[in-house]
Amino acid sequence: MHTSQLVRLTLSVAAAALLSACVSVVSVAPSNKPIASVASSNKPGSKTKIDDAAKVAVVLPKGSDPKAGPAPFASTYKPLPSQLTALVGGHILTATGEEIESGTVVMDGGKIVAIGKDVQAPAGAKIVDAKGKWITPGIIDIHSHLGVYASPGVGAHSDGNEATEPNTAHVWAEHSVWPQDPGFNRARAGGVTTLQILPGSANLFGGRSVTLKNVPAITTDGMKFPGAPYGLKMACGENPKRVYGRKGRSPATRMGNVAGYRSAWIQAASYKRKWDDYRAKIAKGEKADPPERSLNLDTLSGVLAGEIRIQNHCYRADEMATMIDISREFGFKISVFHHSSEAYKIADLLAKEGICYATWADWAGFKMEAYDGIAENAAIGQKAGACVIIHSDDPIMTQHLNQEAGIAMGAGARMGLPVSRADAIAWITLNPAKGMGIDDKTGSLVSGKNADVVLWSGDPFSVYSVAETVFIDGAVVFDRKDPRYQPKSDFELGQPGEGVHP
Amino acid sequence: MIRKTSLIAAASTLSLLSALPVAAQTIAIVGGHILSQGPAGDIASGTVLIKDGKIVAVGAKIAVPADARIVDASGKTVSPGLVLPSTSLTVAEVEQIDDTMDDSAGKRMGAAFDVQYGVNPNSALIPLARLSGVTRAVVTPVLGRGGSGGHKDDGADDFSGSFEDGEASLFAGQVATATLAAGVTDAVVKAKIGMALDLGEAGASYAGGSRGAAIVLMKSALDDARHYARNRAAFDMGASHPYPYSRDDLEALIPVVEGRMPLLVRVHRASDITQILKFAAEQKLKLILEGAEEGWMVADAIAKAGVPVLIDGQADLPGSFETLGSTLQNAGRLNAAGVTVAVMGSRDYNNLRQGRFNAGLAVSYGLPYSAAMASVTINPAKIWGLADRIGSLEPGKDADLVIWTGDPLDVTTYATSVFIQGKEQPMTSRSLELAERYRPGKSDYPPAYR
Repeated sequence: MHTSQLVRLTLSVAAAALLSACVSVVSVAPSNKPIASVASSNKPGSKTKIDDAAKVAVVLPKGSDPKAGPAPFASTYKPLPSQLTALVGGHILTATGEEIESGTVVMDGGKIVAIGKDVQAPAGAKIVDAKGKWITPGIIDIHSHLGVYASPGVGAHSDGNEATEPNTAHVWAEHSVWPQDPGFNRARAGGVTTLQILPGSANLFGGRSVTLKNVPAITTDGMKFPGAPYGLKMACGENPKRVYGRKGRSPATRMGNVAGYRSAWIQAASYKRKWDDYRAKIAKGEKADPPERSLNLDTLSGVLAGEIRIQNHCYRADEMATMIDISREFGFKISVFHHSSEAYKIADLLAKEGICYATWADWAGFKMEAYDGIAENAAIGQKAGACVIIHSDDPIMTQHLNQEAGIAMGAGARMGLPVSRADAIAWITLNPAKGMGIDDKTGSLVSGKNADVVLWSGDPFSVYSVAETVFIDGAVVFDRKDPRYQPKSDFELGQPGEGVHP
Repeated sequence: MIRKTSLIAAASTLSLLSALPVAAQTIAIVGGHILSQGPAGDIASGTVLIKDGKIVAVGAKIAVPADARIVDASGKTVSPGLVLPSTSLTVAEVEQIDDTMDDSAGKRMGAAFDVQYGVNPNSALIPLARLSGVTRAVVTPVLGRGGSGGHKDDGADDFSGSFEDGEASLFAGQVATATLAAGVTDAVVKAKIGMALDLGEAGASYAGGSRGAAIVLMKSALDDARHYARNRAAFDMGASHPYPYSRDDLEALIPVVEGRMPLLVRVHRASDITQILKFAAEQKLKLILEGAEEGWMVADAIAKAGVPVLIDGQADLPGSFETLGSTLQNAGRLNAAGVTVAVMGSRDYNNLRQGRFNAGLAVSYGLPYSAAMASVTINPAKIWGLADRIGSLEPGKDADLVIWTGDPLDVTTYATSVFIQGKEQPMTSRSLELAERYRPGKSDYPPAYR
C-alpha cells in the first residue's frame, strides 16, 4: 500500500513538472486530493528519493501505469441545487434499527444535519409537513442493469453481456450505460437514489460494475457516485457453462467454471507481484521495466489488493461455499452474493464470513439453480444475523423494492420469523450500501451522511404507498405533485408515453 | 353439536376432515370482513355458510346450523378465491427446462394446440399459488418463449428468443381452465374456453416481419375455417381447394368464427388495438385483449366494443416500440372508460402471487379499490364465462374462498386458509417445507434428516 502511494506521489510530481513545460496536458493536472494529503504526511527525508524516482517514472508513456495520474472516467457529478430543508413530523425509519413515530429530518448543504424526535426546524428552513407520511433513506438497488439493457429492449440496446469470452474482467459497465434509459426515471419515482449497474452473468468474470447516483445526466460520468469503489461481477453456475458450452468452449460444466476462476486468479496474483516488484524497485531508486499493463488483470489484481469488491451472481448454497473456498485460496474477500436463492441454507456461514447476500423476495423457479428459491430467504437470513439485501435485477421490480421487501416480511411472519419495519428497511438501503462500500456516505439517516431521502405517502411496506418526494444530496430530484420535478429522458419526448408518468 | 375450531387446529385436523365425505359438510366461516364481490357487497363482519361444497348464504346475520363446523375468521378478511386470468401455471414447471414446459405448441400446429392435455395437478407450483390465495387458473397457450425467465442478465436473452421461419401459425392454441384444488387427479374444469393469438411485433414476426401480413394471414385462416365448415365433405374427398392449415387447425377455428369461442388477442400498441377491434367487428368475433399497454389511448373504443382487457398492472416502461405508452395509470383509465379489466402478473413464477399486488398497485394509480378486487376475482371469471360458478361469494356458487390476515391486495398480507369447492386446502408447499427444514436452529444431523 505504502509503496503504491509513493509511486503515485512521484508521478504527480512528474506530471506537475510536465505541466510547466507543456500546456496541452492541462487536462491531466493532478489536483488529486488524496495524493496531496499523502504528500503532506510523508515529507521528512523522502525528497531526494522522489526526485530520483521521478526521473524513472517520467519515461512511462501515459496510460501504461494503471495507478498513474487521475483515475480515468472520473465522476463529474455535481449535486443539484438544494436549500436548507426540514421534513417535519414524519414517521421515520433510519435504517439503523430505529423507528421514530414522529420526528424531523433536517438537510443542509447536501447532508443530513439533524434527525430525531425533538429536533426543531432551524430558522429559514424550507418546511415540509411530513405528518402522516413516512421518511426513509433513499432506496439503493445493488443489482441493476439500467442503462446497459436500456428500454426499449431492442438489440441495439443490448449492452450488458460481452459474451465473447468467459473472462471479460477488462470491460466496464459504465461504458455501456445509456444515460437516457427511461428506466432511470421510473426507478427514481420508486424512491431509488443509488444504483449499482452490473454487467450480465454470461461470463465467469463479467466486468466492472459502476455505482450511479440516480440523477438525470447527459453523460455517465455525470451520474457516477463520487468515491464509490468499483465492483467486479462474477457469475457461478448455469449461465457461463450454458453460454460457452453451447459454443463448444470451456466452461461447459461447473468444474470448468471453477477451473476458469482459479486460472484467472493465478494470473492476477502474478501480475500483481510484477507491479509490486516494479514499484518496490522504483521506490528504492533502482531502474526497472514496468510490466505490460492489462485491463483485465488491472481489475482482478484490484480485487486482490482489496480495492475492487466482488459482486458474485451465485444461486446455490454449495456453489457459494465453493466461491468462499476460492476466495481463501487467493486471499480476497467476496462482498456480496447476488440472487443467492439458497442463501437461507447457509445463512450462518454467510453471517460468519461477513458476506452480504442480495436476493429477490420470491422470484424463483425459472431455472434449476433457482428451483429452491423461497420467499422466506430474507427472513431466515435476518434471524441468522446475516447482511440481507433485496435487489431487483429488473427495470420494473427496481421501482417497487419497498414492496418486494414487504413480501419477504409477510413470508417471514407466516413462518413465525417476523421482521420489523425498522430492520427490513435496511434490506434496501443500508445493507446494499455496505455491500457496495458506500455505507460511510449513504444508506441511513444519520447526521453527516448524504441527504439521500425519500418521503413516502404512507408505510413504505404497503402496496398503496408511493414515493412523494425524493432527495439526492439534499436536492429535490423527484416530486410526485410537481411536474417541474418529473424529469423525462430525451427518448421519451414526443412519444405516446410522455406525460403519463408517474 | 357446534364444533368451534381455531384455524390452526383446523389445519391440523385436515387429514381427518378430508377423509369425511364432502357432501355431509356444513361449514360456517364467521366473523370475517367479507369482500364478497357479489350482491352481498362488503360486510364488516359476517358469515359465509358453505354446504356440500357450495355457498348457501353470505351476510351479516346468518343463522349458523347446529351441525356446522365453525371457522373463526374474526379480525381477518374473507374473499373469493383469486382467478389467474391468463397463465402458464399447471402446464409449466421450470422455464429453462424445456421438457417441463407444455404451454406452447411448437412447430406442428397452431389453433389446434390444446393446452388442457398438459395440465398437471401435481405441479409443485400449484400449492405455492394456492398459498397466495389463487384457486383457479385460466391456462392460455403462448406462441413462443424467450427462454430466460425474464432475466436480462442471464445471457439467455442474447442468444435465444427469436422465431424461426416455418413455425406453426399466429394462433397459439386453445385455452383451458384448471382448479388448483389439492388431491385431484384431473384438474381441468373446462377445456376449449378460448383461442389465443399474438398480434403486434410477435405476430408480425411470425407472419414474416410485418403487421400487414399478420392481419391478412389471420383473415385468410378464418375465411378458410368458414369455407372448411361449409365444405367438410368436399375436403374429405379431396375436392376442396387446398388450405395452408391442417384440418385440426381449421376445426379448432370454427367456434371462433361462429362467435362461440372468445379470441384472446395479445396486443400492445394503440394502433394494433384499433385494427383488431375493427377486424373483430367486421368478422363478428368475440374478443378479449391481453397486454394492451397502450389501451388507455383508445379506451373509449375498447369500452364501446364491449371488449374486456387483461393487463399487467406493473407495466410502465417503453420495453419495446409497441409499448411506448405504457403507464401505471392504464388500469384506472380503462376502468374509468367502462372497460372490464382483469389484472394479471407476469407469466413466470411471479404470476403466482403478483396479480393481487399488481391490482393493489393500480389502486395507487387511479383504480378504485372495489374494481381492483374485482380485477382478480369476478372480472376474470366473467371474462372467461365462468362467473356462474366462481369469482364471487354468493349463494349457489362454488365455495372457493380465502381467509387472509388482512387486505388481500397488500404485500405483507398472507392467506391463512384456502377453501376450494368447500374443501379446506393444505397450507403447505415445497417452498414452505424447505423453509421449515432450514429454520434457524442447531442440529447434529444434516438438514436432510429434518
